[in-house]
Amino acid sequence: MLRGLWKLTWIEIKIFLREPLGAIGTIGIPVLVFLVAGRVVGVRAAPASPAASSFVSVGLPVFASVLIAIGAVLSLVTIISIYREGGILKRLRATPLRPQTILTAHVIVKLLLSAATLALMVLAGKRYYPIGIHVPLLRFTMALLISTCSILSIGFLIASIVPTARFAQPIGAAIMYPMIAVSGLFVSVESLPPAAQAVARVMPLTYAVSLLKGIWKGDAWWAHARDVAALAVAFIVCTSLSAKVFRWE
Amino acid sequence: MRQVIQVSAIRKTYGSTVAVDEVSFEVNDGEIFGLIGPNGAGKTTTMECIEGLRTPDRGAISVLGLDPFNDVYKLQERIGVQLQQAQLQKRIKVWEAVDLWASLYQKNAIDGERLLEQLGLIDKRNAWFMTLSGGQKQRLFIALALINNPEVVFLDELTTGLDPQARRAIWDLVRGIRERGKTVFLTTHLMEEAERLCDRVAIIEHGRIIDIDSPESLVNRHCPERTVVLATNDRTAAERFRTIPRVESIICSDSQFTIRGRSDDLITEVIHCLSENRIRVTDFRTILPSLEDVFLKLTGHSIRD
Repeated sequence: MLRGLWKLTWIEIKIFLREPLGAIGTIGIPVLVFLVAGRVVGVRAAPASPAASSFVSVGLPVFASVLIAIGAVLSLVTIISIYREGGILKRLRATPLRPQTILTAHVIVKLLLSAATLALMVLAGKRYYPIGIHVPLLRFTMALLISTCSILSIGFLIASIVPTARFAQPIGAAIMYPMIAVSGLFVSVESLPPAAQAVARVMPLTYAVSLLKGIWKGDAWWAHARDVAALAVAFIVCTSLSAKVFRWE
Repeated sequence: MRQVIQVSAIRKTYGSTVAVDEVSFEVNDGEIFGLIGPNGAGKTTTMECIEGLRTPDRGAISVLGLDPFNDVYKLQERIGVQLQQAQLQKRIKVWEAVDLWASLYQKNAIDGERLLEQLGLIDKRNAWFMTLSGGQKQRLFIALALINNPEVVFLDELTTGLDPQARRAIWDLVRGIRERGKTVFLTTHLMEEAERLCDRVAIIEHGRIIDIDSPESLVNRHCPERTVVLATNDRTAAERFRTIPRVESIICSDSQFTIRGRSDDLITEVIHCLSENRIRVTDFRTILPSLEDVFLKLTGHSIRD
């Protein structure tokens, strides 16, 4: 079955790159926005306030990573619902291919694309946002992988239940974007109104942001055990729920 | 003869709608078996239950000795499936689809390139799925259904939406599948397709099987009428025709006669009468009942209604 997984993954990558807007939209535009923002913020931020420089040094990398992960979720949701609507999932189901294999292939594709986007961003942005030597890149990558998998599992769940492709994008966005708002990415969770704080505490994204920010700043893993545990729980809950409610057609 | 598919008394409901009820039949090794009926009769539901894609509420199914529900993965290794209205990824290339499908099965797939050649798709091997014509898509789906060298091939409404020429080409391909010793189970609402292709057919309507047999036997059983239409200016003709044994009706308008009867020999008898009496005819044709008429007789309405 592994043979099928790799073949499907490879074909899905190729198909993605053949979409006229696929590669440009997913990889090119984030990198471009990042560069433009870098020119504007980077130049001005040189003598700027500590708050601004803290955003550039910690907030921005985390922001970029999270946005890419969200983008991956939305496109996962859309692709699965298009495949369902078009009968592609049903056709695959009539082979010995297991459902997990299909989802796994798409997740691998999304992870690879996210990694490619991030790598390009880091390379392109080096001039404007020098990454401090203190940044533990390996650990950050691990933390990002954990976060992305957890966020993608929310995507599975949405993908498993949205009725049609037309609903996929708006429903996905309606769930994901409010989650960003309370995640602590822009405003720290502690300064939110109590109601929003309560919401934030049950959102996996909040823990992802906390983990990513902490690791980027150089925190040790144990300081974020709670975040990792929360993300793992979200992953397990969403994956098993979506396996139960997954609709092939 | 070995039976590769046994369906006994299956029933499937969707909410309060009974899609399939008390459906039973067997499919023999090496035959082309057709499930025919109008849209919504329960053809696809029956087929998908046999393929293991749906679970019947009641009844038992055995395919190649396997239970499609409990042994679905084992079964899928040994069958090939073409689904109604299936699609592939828009931008997947023909050869990639064949290559992917070949990798999904445990056992060794057959040579994909040769398969594409046999199905007349070799020129299209690098084409994206979305650029293929309807007939080419169906041929690709046939290729995918054959790639694992299956023992039974399922074809659901294979030629729906194709033009007559593409349809004929597909029929030849299906006959070719039988010649490779495989069993073919197909559904269609085209009576001509069933008549030309199937060794045996089951007529299904409102989820129930009405009758099962070879197309010829069904026609003989339910529609034994024979009709001869001929034109002649011979004035003695009407009188002579009345002497033909077992004629049920003779309708005459101007110089055209329509002679009806129920005997297999009607046509021979009419020819005999014409030649014995040296009646000169300017037109002669026969109207034989088809599966279409059988369907009309059994259900009281045409399959297209």
